Amino acid sequence: MKSCNILIAGVGGQGSLLASKLLGRLFLSRGYDVKVNEVHGMSQRGGSVITTVRAGKRVDSPLVAEGECDLLLALERLEALRWVSCLAPEGKLVASLQRIPPMPVITGAADYPEQRPPGLWVDALALAERAGSPQCANVALLGAASRFLEFEPEEWARAIAECVPAKAVEMNIRAFELGRAEGREREGNLHKPL
Amino acid sequence: MKTLALGNEAVARGLFEAGCRFVSSYPGTPSTEITAYAGRYDEIDCEWAVNEKTGLEAAVAACMAGARSFAGMKHVGLNVAADPLFTASYTGVNAGLVVAVADDPGMHSSQNEQDSRYYAAAAKVPMLEPSDSEECRAYTRLAFELSERFDTPVLVRLSTRISHTRTAMDEQPPESPERRPYEKNPAKYVMMPAMARARHAEVEKRMIALGDWCEDTELNTLTWGTERKIGVISSGIACQTAREALGGAVSYVKLGMVYPLPVKMLQELAEGVEELWVIEELDDFIETHCKKHGLRVRGKAELSPLGEYTTEQLRRAILGASPAEEASAASAAPLPNRPPVLCPGCSHRGTFYVMQKLKLTVLGDIGCYTLGAAPPLNSMDYCLCMGGSVSGLHGFLKARPEAASSAVAVIGDSTFIHSGVTGLIHMVYNQTPGTVVILDNSTTGMTGHQHNPVTGLTLKNRPAPVLSLAELCRGAGVARVREADPFDTPALEAALREELAAPEPSVIVVRRPCALLKSTARKPAVTIDAGRCTLCGLCLKIGCPALTKGEQAVGVNTPLCAGCGLCAGLCRRGAIMTGEGSA
Repeated sequence: MKSCNILIAGVGGQGSLLASKLLGRLFLSRGYDVKVNEVHGMSQRGGSVITTVRAGKRVDSPLVAEGECDLLLALERLEALRWVSCLAPEGKLVASLQRIPPMPVITGAADYPEQRPPGLWVDALALAERAGSPQCANVALLGAASRFLEFEPEEWARAIAECVPAKAVEMNIRAFELGRAEGREREGNLHKPL
Repeated sequence: MKTLALGNEAVARGLFEAGCRFVSSYPGTPSTEITAYAGRYDEIDCEWAVNEKTGLEAAVAACMAGARSFAGMKHVGLNVAADPLFTASYTGVNAGLVVAVADDPGMHSSQNEQDSRYYAAAAKVPMLEPSDSEECRAYTRLAFELSERFDTPVLVRLSTRISHTRTAMDEQPPESPERRPYEKNPAKYVMMPAMARARHAEVEKRMIALGDWCEDTELNTLTWGTERKIGVISSGIACQTAREALGGAVSYVKLGMVYPLPVKMLQELAEGVEELWVIEELDDFIETHCKKHGLRVRGKAELSPLGEYTTEQLRRAILGASPAEEASAASAAPLPNRPPVLCPGCSHRGTFYVMQKLKLTVLGDIGCYTLGAAPPLNSMDYCLCMGGSVSGLHGFLKARPEAASSAVAVIGDSTFIHSGVTGLIHMVYNQTPGTVVILDNSTTGMTGHQHNPVTGLTLKNRPAPVLSLAELCRGAGVARVREADPFDTPALEAALREELAAPEPSVIVVRRPCALLKSTARKPAVTIDAGRCTLCGLCLKIGCPALTKGEQAVGVNTPLCAGCGLCAGLCRRGAIMTGEGSA
């Protein structure tokens, strides 16, 4: 059993909690020790939010140390840039092209940085809209990242069905499948599964 | 059954398994979900209290009356509830009484990072500290047994990373303790001097008994490492960080009970290693205990009393690991930070825009609206504690009476009920002509939308009388009470000007439901007529995350925009159109 450290970076309100809950459930069902750290409260209000998922034979700290992240899931471009230095040398970035300018950019005090670190970049928002709602961009991004994770499509579908409200299950599975197809087509930074 | 549960969810499970029958808490990050989850058990009579003091007082009397009871709160909430806690230590319990307190090292969602372990020592009550969700469940359950066995309230200390981390939890079948008989016993439950003197002696005896008990409890464990060089004494989340950082070569004492603290086990570890560290976030609570008992330990002199510990930090300090390599050039460039902001469509934005425009001095309070202090609104001068805005305004006007026409208190609906109303009564009684603005967004917003007396529903979603804030203020003696809509900024501005000019206390209840409530209709996003926009920047002053400064015109981040139209109302060129057409 290998260990796996995942960071989900995004902006408060983008749905990192659902993504982390899904991943936690999948790892638990495979018999891993799992810790999922969430962010609640003030920092959730439109701020930079980092959620962690750690799985392995034994997990102590719920947090991921600098340079030890195997998979960085970024729901927003600037947040991808902010957290990319956490990646381990073989770590993979899967990121959404969505831009959400932070307040210093809105007020003109700073520019939105245009650099894009190497990784698997997908238009998760467009995929989510195709699936039925921009709200499932998180699940579309998970679909794209799923090529790097060990779980079978049926396991993903079961986890989604358990974690989202009944009326949103179909839409989320659609978003996941669109993301998964997109992830397979595109060139990532590395192709080996974790 | 093994499930992945939040620490707070696991505390709620522990309450259920222990047969706890009454829960009364005020929401506060990171403690809120304990009570929210407890409310899902039909067996638990679970309620939102109007503040932590009220909740704990109710829980103390419920346990005296025979039901296992609980109150949960954040660290600063225990300041509010400290008064009943200190004397409940004297009365002790009938059925068990457990109080959970969640600290916030790193201040993810708090105004200070006080260390609540001192409350256990100061109030002379035992304190347990779990380090994952399974322990949250098991310790909460055990806390009731300890409470009844030693006739004491028991504190369970949590911290943000314990409360908000999901780890495996092993659910156990619940017990169903019978309600204990209630017998009148003034010597135990009426704390006036003669009785309290006798009870204080009981408290001291109890603490000696607990001191003996803690020497042998399985809550504290000693695990020898593969080398006998370094030893670590720790508890809670710091214990997890230490094990992650230092691994299996190191020997550990993990303390599941942080007050009282054992001596023998710590001495045994000290004798078995060359170098002994105490790793604890915030203050040197355990370290002071070790030093008092003559143990040579290293700790705060080399580690920080600030914030949370990281594995990197502990490896550097204890193993002498070299700092991580310089970050690559790309990530070394400073990135724009992303502080939390008022949400798109937030009902508070219009209020703060007007206050900034009028250059008011704003005595603020605790809630989402504290974010009005951030750029570009910059409309807050002071924020101290729950309810502190109203009494703060009174004090400000005592020193600067001339500011009565330019200073206001700003407070949310739930915070006003929590402890702002006492400040208002004080202000009326002592006759300062202050203007209080109550931001009524029909929910307790920041902590995740809990019901409160203005929402007309209880924690269990049962109907309740709707508290009228306006009537409450009139009842307190405020003659000038009016309501306003925060999105009608011209009317709000006029109301503020009038009330600030009035020579008596006044209240403006600014009403508009929270944009995140499911019942708040989301409107189509606004659109910009680039031909009309002159980039004057007026709309950008409201600090809406859905608007950005483009090259030729202001842009709208359509998926974010809630269509509230506040920006459209401000635009002098008619360049912003709401979904219903030009504003």
